[in-house]
Amino acid sequence: MSAEVPEPDEVTGPWWEATRRRILLVQSCGACGHTQHPPRALCTGCGSDRHLDWVEASGAAVVDACTVVERAMPGFAPPYVVARVRLAEGVLLLSNVVADDPYLLDTGDRLRLDWRPLPDGRALPVFVPSER
Amino acid sequence: MSTGVAIVGAAESDLGVTGRSILGLQAQAVSRAVEDAGLTLADVDGLATTGVSRFSTTQVADYLGLRPSWTDSTFAGGSAFEMYVARAAQAIEAGQCSTVVISYASNQRSARSRSLAGVVETHTPEAQFETPYGPLYPISYYAMAAQQYLHRYGGSREALAEVAVAAREWALLNPAAFRHGAGPLTAADVLAAPMVSTPLTTADCCLVTDGGGAVVLTSLDRARDLPKPPVRVLGYGECTTNTSMTAVDDLTVTGAVESGRAAFARAGLVPADVDVAEVYDSFTVTVVLTLEALGFCGRGEALDWIAGGRIRPGGDFPLDTSGGGLSYCHPGQYGVLLLVEAVRQLRGECGARQVPGAEVALAHGTGGILSTHATVLLGVDR
Repeated sequence: MSAEVPEPDEVTGPWWEATRRRILLVQSCGACGHTQHPPRALCTGCGSDRHLDWVEASGAAVVDACTVVERAMPGFAPPYVVARVRLAEGVLLLSNVVADDPYLLDTGDRLRLDWRPLPDGRALPVFVPSER
Repeated sequence: MSTGVAIVGAAESDLGVTGRSILGLQAQAVSRAVEDAGLTLADVDGLATTGVSRFSTTQVADYLGLRPSWTDSTFAGGSAFEMYVARAAQAIEAGQCSTVVISYASNQRSARSRSLAGVVETHTPEAQFETPYGPLYPISYYAMAAQQYLHRYGGSREALAEVAVAAREWALLNPAAFRHGAGPLTAADVLAAPMVSTPLTTADCCLVTDGGGAVVLTSLDRARDLPKPPVRVLGYGECTTNTSMTAVDDLTVTGAVESGRAAFARAGLVPADVDVAEVYDSFTVTVVLTLEALGFCGRGEALDWIAGGRIRPGGDFPLDTSGGGLSYCHPGQYGVLLLVEAVRQLRGECGARQVPGAEVALAHGTGGILSTHATVLLGVDR
């Protein structure tokens, strides 16, 4: 259940390569400590284009906001959850949350990282509710 | 403060299901607005439009046979037209042009050109990091904003539905509205409509129609010699915040905070001075977030504030008096029609839906996924 994922570019390549090893990376600035997602060619915290590095995310996250999509789009089978997920590292990701009852999911719910394989060996980070 | 520029002409193209082409509707809107101003196309030396083609303004200038000395094709979604008012006022005051037409038209309903997925450009970060998860664009973003708002402030979907209910009440008074003959809408109707992306149903979402409009601006001095009363551009402001669904940290606080603050400061006005407000209602939640951001009420207060008929006909805060994008017309980028309605209200041309004695109007455009925000304050010439 996915749209086709475009090829990475020179900036996003390392992030996507890491998904082949099921590692979720977050861009971090060595100059100012800012973290950001999606990956960019410069730091939106301080503007530096020379100090960006990668840190490995722990996979812990919470729901920032969520919606259950009920209208069918090509390649997707509703209902499914689209959510803004806040990683423990501070950044927000758009993702899917795969839950037994999507309608029970709410802001603040704790999540853990899971992966949805892509045909080319990459994988999409998705999330599932943590054990309570 | 204010500006030395006025809106002197305003018109709609045909609306609804027209079977017409984009340029055909553009030509209707422009010629009607120029005629409304008491001018001719030969007077037009400035042009701003979007949503036609890659060379939108160039395309329309060519089609109309114009060689403008000033153009603007800023693409900012539905708020572009409020931005054009600011740019046009600056260009007229700077002497680069004297008479500007701001126009827009779409045949999206007749052409069936609207997609639930939106338009995804594969070279953008969103194509790699967001589209693979299947958000409806733009609906799912507004849905998440609504979910976060209701979670934080404890409001109900019924309370949110008041925006759509009130819009319908206004549309029943506007013969040009797509839902003019549809009868009243209740909160229960809104909740029972097909769910699209929770908590928003089809009735929380704007219409998909054809339509367009145009306004004509010139200097206030010249405006005073034209047949209809000038509508002064008192103030403007804008703020651009995001294309990504994850760039804005707090979904409930929009760039209308900054655009509104700038517009009110330039005009020397405060929210309480506004007699009639035309606020982009792409979705019910858009209005709630915008009213708070513009300072009409405090954060988390909008659902209580709009309850009890305040924004309906006869209420003390006339809002989206045409029936809005929810019940009047939504041709994809609705912002130009906010300006048309504000001008007509200030001229006293609105018949059954006229707000008595309206002297100050606010038009606020929102584009994309709460991406672009532009506020214009207009007033009668006193």
